[in-house]
Amino acid sequence: MITKADVEHVALLGRLYLSEEEKERYTDQLNAILEYAQMLQKLDTENVPPTAHALPMQNVFREDCAGDCLTNEEVLSNAPEREEEYFKVPKII
Amino acid sequence: MTRYEAVIGIEIHVELKTNTKIFCHSTTEFGGDPNTHVCPVCLGLPGVLPVLNKQVVEYAIKAGLALNCEIAEYSKFDRKNYYYPDLPKNYQISQYDLPICKNGYLEVETGQGKKRIGITRIHMEEDAGKLVHQGTITTSPYSLVDYNRTGVPLIEIVSEPDMRSAEEARAYAEKLRSVIQYAGVSDCRMEEGSLRCDVNVSVHPVGTGEFGTRTEIKNMNSFRSIQKAAEYEIERQIEVLENGGRIIQETRTWDENKGITVSMRTKEEAQDYRYFPDPDLVPLVIEREWVEAVRNSLPEMPEQRVARYIESGLSEYEANVLTASKEVSDYFDQCLKTYNNPKMVSNWIMGDLSRLLNSVNMEICDCRVKPAQLADMLKMIDSGTISGKIAKTVFEEMFNTGKDPETVVKEKGLVQISDESAIAAVVDEIIAANPKSVEDFRNGKDKAIGFLVGQIMKATKGKANPQLVNKLLKDKLS
Ligand SMILES: [Zn+2]
Repeated sequence: MITKADVEHVALLGRLYLSEEEKERYTDQLNAILEYAQMLQKLDTENVPPTAHALPMQNVFREDCAGDCLTNEEVLSNAPEREEEYFKVPKII
Repeated sequence: MTRYEAVIGIEIHVELKTNTKIFCHSTTEFGGDPNTHVCPVCLGLPGVLPVLNKQVVEYAIKAGLALNCEIAEYSKFDRKNYYYPDLPKNYQISQYDLPICKNGYLEVETGQGKKRIGITRIHMEEDAGKLVHQGTITTSPYSLVDYNRTGVPLIEIVSEPDMRSAEEARAYAEKLRSVIQYAGVSDCRMEEGSLRCDVNVSVHPVGTGEFGTRTEIKNMNSFRSIQKAAEYEIERQIEVLENGGRIIQETRTWDENKGITVSMRTKEEAQDYRYFPDPDLVPLVIEREWVEAVRNSLPEMPEQRVARYIESGLSEYEANVLTASKEVSDYFDQCLKTYNNPKMVSNWIMGDLSRLLNSVNMEICDCRVKPAQLADMLKMIDSGTISGKIAKTVFEEMFNTGKDPETVVKEKGLVQISDESAIAAVVDEIIAANPKSVEDFRNGKDKAIGFLVGQIMKATKGKANPQLVNKLLKDKLS
């Protein structure tokens, strides 16, 4: 069961500011999602090893060769705020 | 009064010396204008796919082998979620429950002899960006972000809480740096941030089995400050306990100027990184053949060099001093390439060279005298061109100017006088001027000859060939 306190905790970690009404609504919605996913718990996984990935793939590598980077203008083109060559953000201590 | 025991564990982040970042082809070059070494992958733009740099895995395995670790057969990457502006994706790709290496150890020289410090694990992860502030973080109204470092490959080496003093903590960090440098996986330049230490400290009364609450100290940028910060923190915690207080688990930062640790956050939300396997990255299955190939590619490690040096005639002490830093040991080996007299080279490196380096607080890699130049100078002593005494002057000039020994000797007119007739003239002069000493010598006072030699050397400004002076003097007096 997800409680309102869980929603507040996760919201704080994600720096989301939720109204009381939103907290109630998300608590209900998250519980509905979890309940749906609970179906998986009914499966017998006794002899199934845990998996970290959905695809039967392993060891995908790239060689250590440098390629082109973006220009500073391109990098900052989505920045909400900038100062000279930097992203400008509120300070967090 | 209660006696306390300290317990210290260290986490060290080491930047690997790859050409490119861990999951993309952006360069890892140090410096560079802000936000110019980034691509869509390191910015975490929608739709990008990180792909693992094979060299990172190879270096991590190498570091693990150098630190006597088990190399995992199966390993994977996880997302460590936290919200901070130095992370463009709001998560850091790291490793959680299946790190690439575990269960290693490092042998450290301590006051009580050799001690084995356990290595819990080594995992691979990406570095975060850099926040820049006008003034300090507390006075600046906002933060500026440079993502050039984002995605630079790191390994984090976590020790067991096996250290019991600040000296041991320092010895561990220094030895670890040296081993990593020998393994050739990182430059370990602390001033460029390619080696960063976090030290965990707790204290408990001697005799009680249970460890005390620990604090974590960050922001130390030298081995000296690691030791001083640990010393300070041990004393601080004992004082708190002695006054009936209790230790709060927290992160503290080392203030180098004030020489104290300061609490970084008083009220910290319990760490909750919500790790989960990164769905963008497939697992690693590390074949044993690969591990063996990496093992075979490991360069000569400090223990092997020590053995080789002792074999070549150096004392154990000399061998240990020379190999404590890879740069010094490399310098020594370079000298031997053109001047194969280990004892002589060792004397000069541990003597005049390290004294001069210390006097200007310089590392050997920044030294202007190249190994071949020191070797050339030593050859000049052997050939009699300069005396051992004059060589000290020559070397100091080489150290200050980077000039070749031949040039210094020529410019300063320091060539040794080996011309018999020239020395004979001075010998006659000194004999004539010091009848008392001559008399003493003839009466069996051997010491008197030392005085006469000294006078001759003084008259020739130290340039006379000492062997010739001795020979001529004895000839003339007998
Ligand atoms: Zn990139």
